[in-house]
Amino acid sequence: MLMQTRFGDFGGAFVPEILLPALEQLEAAFLDAQSDPAFAAELEHLLTTYAGRPTPLTRCRNLGSEKVRLYLKREDLLHGGAHKTNQVLAQALLAKRMGKLRLIAETGAGQHGVATAMAGALMGLETRIYMGAEDVARQQLNVFRMELMGAEVVPVESGGRTLKDAVNEALRDWTASFEDTHYLLGTVAGPHPFPTLVRDFQKVIGKEAREQMLAMESRLPDAVVACVGGGSNAIGIFTEFVPDAEVALIGCEAGGDGKGRDGATIGHGKPGILHGAHTMLMQDEDGQVVDSHSVSAGLDYPAVGPEHAHLAATGRATYVPVTDREALDAFRTLARREGIIPAFESAHAVAHALKLADQAEREGKELVLLVNLSGRGDKDMAQAQALLGGGA
Amino acid sequence: MTRRYDAMFAACREEGRGAFGAFLMIGDPDLGASEAMIEAAIAGGADMLELGIPFSDPVADGPVIQAAACRALGAGTTPSKCLEVIATIRARHPDIPIGILTYANIAVARGVGQFAGELAKAGVDSLLLADIPSLEAAPFAAAIRAAGIAPVLIAAPNTPDQALAAIARLAGGYTYCVARKGVTGAKDDMELDHTRLFERLAALGAPPPVLGFGIGTAAQVRASLDAGAAGVISGSAIVAAAAKSGDHAVAVERVVEDLASATKSKRAPRQAQACAN
Ligand SMILES: Cc1ncc(COP(=O)(O)O)c(C=O)c1O
Repeated sequence: MLMQTRFGDFGGAFVPEILLPALEQLEAAFLDAQSDPAFAAELEHLLTTYAGRPTPLTRCRNLGSEKVRLYLKREDLLHGGAHKTNQVLAQALLAKRMGKLRLIAETGAGQHGVATAMAGALMGLETRIYMGAEDVARQQLNVFRMELMGAEVVPVESGGRTLKDAVNEALRDWTASFEDTHYLLGTVAGPHPFPTLVRDFQKVIGKEAREQMLAMESRLPDAVVACVGGGSNAIGIFTEFVPDAEVALIGCEAGGDGKGRDGATIGHGKPGILHGAHTMLMQDEDGQVVDSHSVSAGLDYPAVGPEHAHLAATGRATYVPVTDREALDAFRTLARREGIIPAFESAHAVAHALKLADQAEREGKELVLLVNLSGRGDKDMAQAQALLGGGA
Repeated sequence: MTRRYDAMFAACREEGRGAFGAFLMIGDPDLGASEAMIEAAIAGGADMLELGIPFSDPVADGPVIQAAACRALGAGTTPSKCLEVIATIRARHPDIPIGILTYANIAVARGVGQFAGELAKAGVDSLLLADIPSLEAAPFAAAIRAAGIAPVLIAAPNTPDQALAAIARLAGGYTYCVARKGVTGAKDDMELDHTRLFERLAALGAPPPVLGFGIGTAAQVRASLDAGAAGVISGSAIVAAAAKSGDHAVAVERVVEDLASATKSKRAPRQAQACAN
């Protein structure tokens, strides 16, 4: 490999030998694209004219107060309904550059699958999406959206039938198909170069948000809050703020039922190797990976991107669990008070921000929060209806 | 540390044939049955054993071995219990080379050195971690060697020269060559253009090449050895036959006999030379 493959102790490329050349080819294409102004121009063109960048920064009108100000980075307004589109368009361009004919991807909530299906349709690439059978059941609408855009959705029946198992299946496909197929991994997890590549194509979120914040507030936020599944929307909004030591970076992990059935990988895991990376991992004492649990399919993952493991180890970012219940309350609150329906995943970040805001109000402190609203809640409507009932 | 492999390859060479390795998952469908199946593989004529310790997320495995790992874990198989089975087999069979195939996290959870040490104590000769490629292999290989067993690494036809050189430098016992792209599983699309890979490995002084992943018929065994492999490993074909049959051990012995006998056809002397290393 030509680039640094590690973030401190974490990262690497722990894949079967046969996949290494595919990762090396991807790294080379990524480096080559980075030094090609035509690539940057084409991506920029797609992001503005197709995906809808820049996305707005919205100050909450009703939540918060004069002193406690909540800002939402509106990735929910991006084409496709979530931040996923940013890096999917970039990877699809890379796939074209490498002469690949086919895309494969894993998906949890279905948002990454939808974004990949979009890119496949746009660029004329055959697309296959692996999705845990349990997620297929709870994200029916997204399955239909993917199929409508011409992707084949393959339900994965192994293991806990969620995101982890979908990644396994996508990796297996890729070990046989890498010659003509690009694995369009959906988050900052997996083997090098994915964590670096996906971060670099998601950091546009924080870049815009930092400028917008300075324009609206003439100051930086006290904290940046984002939900963490694999960690792509969080890294996307954190990266630009990492050098700003006075800005707290807070990742919200799936706290599940609050009694141990959760997806709080950094909170409850320990270092291990899964899906190509040395990272924090939920596992038993023998090293068997345990199934995660979350109301949100997108946070239902027992590992986390290696750069988050590093940011946690160095203390630059902190990670907190947010329970299903808290996320659902925040989901309802944001809908009622601001007229914005967040994705269940994003609702975890909103919940923690509201908690911090309440505390600041009680203490009479000034607080400016930047929350990454990573996606919109359309995909969650059926599940929300079932969980909250008609009288939400 | 490669004493049993060296002796076994030398004996095969003497007999003018290739080695036959049988893969079985320890604990599939339970510990007792898998122990009987391992005995049956030996009785059927296996020259070397490749035994799996089940991992929850076997990304290098196809449906047959995945299902085996799943059954084993479902039956409560743990690495500690696997070690007991291995020690029992070793006590009865002092000479057969025993390799362990599992995934990195199983080793990392105990500490690689500690895990390799426990394997050595149980009588294991080598350890292959399916998700440790040449790029990441150095610290693992060092810890495994320090425990007194051989680190086995995988080489593929698409492995570039630099990586192959690292494999030759780090690996011991034998070189696990994959028969085709993709995950484990008996398929009829085995890519038989391995002569070039075997030549490159020989030039680099790598341990003897053994071909695996997708070898399930006597014809494939024959073709692999004719291409210059020192041996073959068959897994999915054995595991699938056992899973289908009412008597797992009988099925294993029958399949192993059939495949192992295919290693016995006379080989041209030049090709037999490829065994030497
Ligand atoms: C809206 C939304 N936010 C967040 C996530 C979690 O992914 P990541 O942690 O990579 O941002 C998902 C994943 O599906 C998602 O759909």
